[in-house]
Amino acid sequence: MLRLRSSLLLCFLLWLCSCHAPDATITIRGSDTMVALGQKWAEIYMSKFPDETVQVNGGGSGTGIAALINRTADICQSSRPMKPKERQRIREKFGRDVIEIPVAKDGIVIYVNERNPIAKLSLSQLRQIYTGKIQNWKELGWEDQRIIVYGRENSSGTYEFFKKEVLKGDDFAAFVQTLPGTAAIVNAVSKDVYAIGYGGNAYSRGIRLMPISRTDTSAAIEANEITIAQGTYPISRNLYFYLAREPNPTIQRFLDWVLSAEAQSIVAAQGFFPVKGLVAQLDSARSTSSQFQ
Amino acid sequence: MNKFSSTPAVNQRAKAVDQVMRGVITTLALVSFSFIFLILLFTFKEAKDVFFDAETRQAVLPTLLSTNWQPVSENPKYGIVPLLIGTLKTTLIAMVIAIPVGVLAALYTACFAPIWLREIIKPVVELLAGFPSVVIGFFALFVLAGALQTLTGAEFRLNALVGGVAISFSAIPIIFTIAEDALSSVPKSIQEASYGLGATQWETAFYITLPAAYPGIFAGALLGFGRAVGETMIVLMATGNAPISSWTLTDSARTLTATIGAEMAEVVFGDPHYNVLFLIGVVLFLFALLLNSIAEFYIKAKLMRKFRGS
Repeated sequence: MLRLRSSLLLCFLLWLCSCHAPDATITIRGSDTMVALGQKWAEIYMSKFPDETVQVNGGGSGTGIAALINRTADICQSSRPMKPKERQRIREKFGRDVIEIPVAKDGIVIYVNERNPIAKLSLSQLRQIYTGKIQNWKELGWEDQRIIVYGRENSSGTYEFFKKEVLKGDDFAAFVQTLPGTAAIVNAVSKDVYAIGYGGNAYSRGIRLMPISRTDTSAAIEANEITIAQGTYPISRNLYFYLAREPNPTIQRFLDWVLSAEAQSIVAAQGFFPVKGLVAQLDSARSTSSQFQ
Repeated sequence: MNKFSSTPAVNQRAKAVDQVMRGVITTLALVSFSFIFLILLFTFKEAKDVFFDAETRQAVLPTLLSTNWQPVSENPKYGIVPLLIGTLKTTLIAMVIAIPVGVLAALYTACFAPIWLREIIKPVVELLAGFPSVVIGFFALFVLAGALQTLTGAEFRLNALVGGVAISFSAIPIIFTIAEDALSSVPKSIQEASYGLGATQWETAFYITLPAAYPGIFAGALLGFGRAVGETMIVLMATGNAPISSWTLTDSARTLTATIGAEMAEVVFGDPHYNVLFLIGVVLFLFALLLNSIAEFYIKAKLMRKFRGS
């Protein structure tokens, strides 16, 4: 009898859990760049609020946006802004504009080999290198050697960002070698003296981060925490959360926490940069999120 | 008299078991057949829009046979010529290395190696056949690329040659295993007849055993070829993936498989780009079909008849 009662109780408890779970589970999908960050956030958030579950999956920004449209994710992590076509689809399906929340910053840095003596490159020089107008280091004041150009494959959010911001929408030259992942590019550049590559902020032996100037005459800016977080470094981007619906209280609490000082310090620990300077303007960050309520 | 047919009862049981086993095997065969058929159906279905959907056709067809692969662009260009060239380039390099090495190694193992050595070589090479290609790609990226660059003085560190050499590592074990099986199964009587006529070991191996095992060796080479064409991870890591139409071996190359591997993750479903990637899948399928047809018809029809003398 006791056994029956306890098993009934167990069943009841299980039933309680199963019907309680859906509204406390937050599903996040999207950018592979942001997966580690999202999972770290989820882990710490769940340890603070044990009765809530945050699931984080990667697959790429595009996959996350598709999941948002197909209602299989509550939040989409994206390392690029949504395209007009994607915004349009959200508007058609949900009858409202998508909610865009910048949650962190990421600098796209330019890697060259540590033996490369060139002091700086301007954005226009960078564009000419990647579109094939400058193919030799001699034109930039170094040896008469062909520039070995590395980039990301065209499914990457970094690729799209670089194409839009640095190439101004022009196509990459056909000889740009594409490698899967930032680590592969860093490795290749560390072994090729005459190479150049781009990717997320990463430190490694054998490479140097090239300072970049906005115009040919302006001062070069090194990529570091302060210049990227402040936005003075010319090639920095936002990392976003996208929502297709009004956040329910559970999701709202998570969003507020993600923009809090505690969560933003995790951003820095993951190699990204806090959104809005160095967390000092925490309150303004909070109002960014609450304006969508 | 056979013991199964000694009593009617046993006879009947044997028949029943036979029936059941036949049913099981037929079912399994049908299931695997339908799996392949469904995969095919799916691939063709996703690719068909390139030809049958007016909008997609307009976006894709004008540039399909151009030399520009630029699918993420203001004006997307879906030229698959550089991808075909890249695939052929890396595959041919791999085959030029893998076929002689694989076949000669098999010949040594089957005809010259002492039995204890053969017992070691065979399992070790078969183990290599199951080696994860991502590890070979890793090795190519970190070690082979640098070594080959110093050797050839190539401008690009990652190029078709590095990819081809790395692919040959994955194709050699396949060619070796099948060629070795074929060589070992040549009837000993033929070789003994050769020795009897006064031929040396080398002459016997080269002029008697090798030609007699030719159909099997050919099949092994074709399978190795198939593996080289389908290899994705190695080329993704080692060839540099630049879609340029050049036959220079030390230029970067981008293959059909690497293109699917790199780009499938983020294409928008139903986009022309998505359909073109499936079209590439169809091209790869046709390639495999062609290879298998050659193996099947050429070997069965021509070679076998030649060696059986009928």
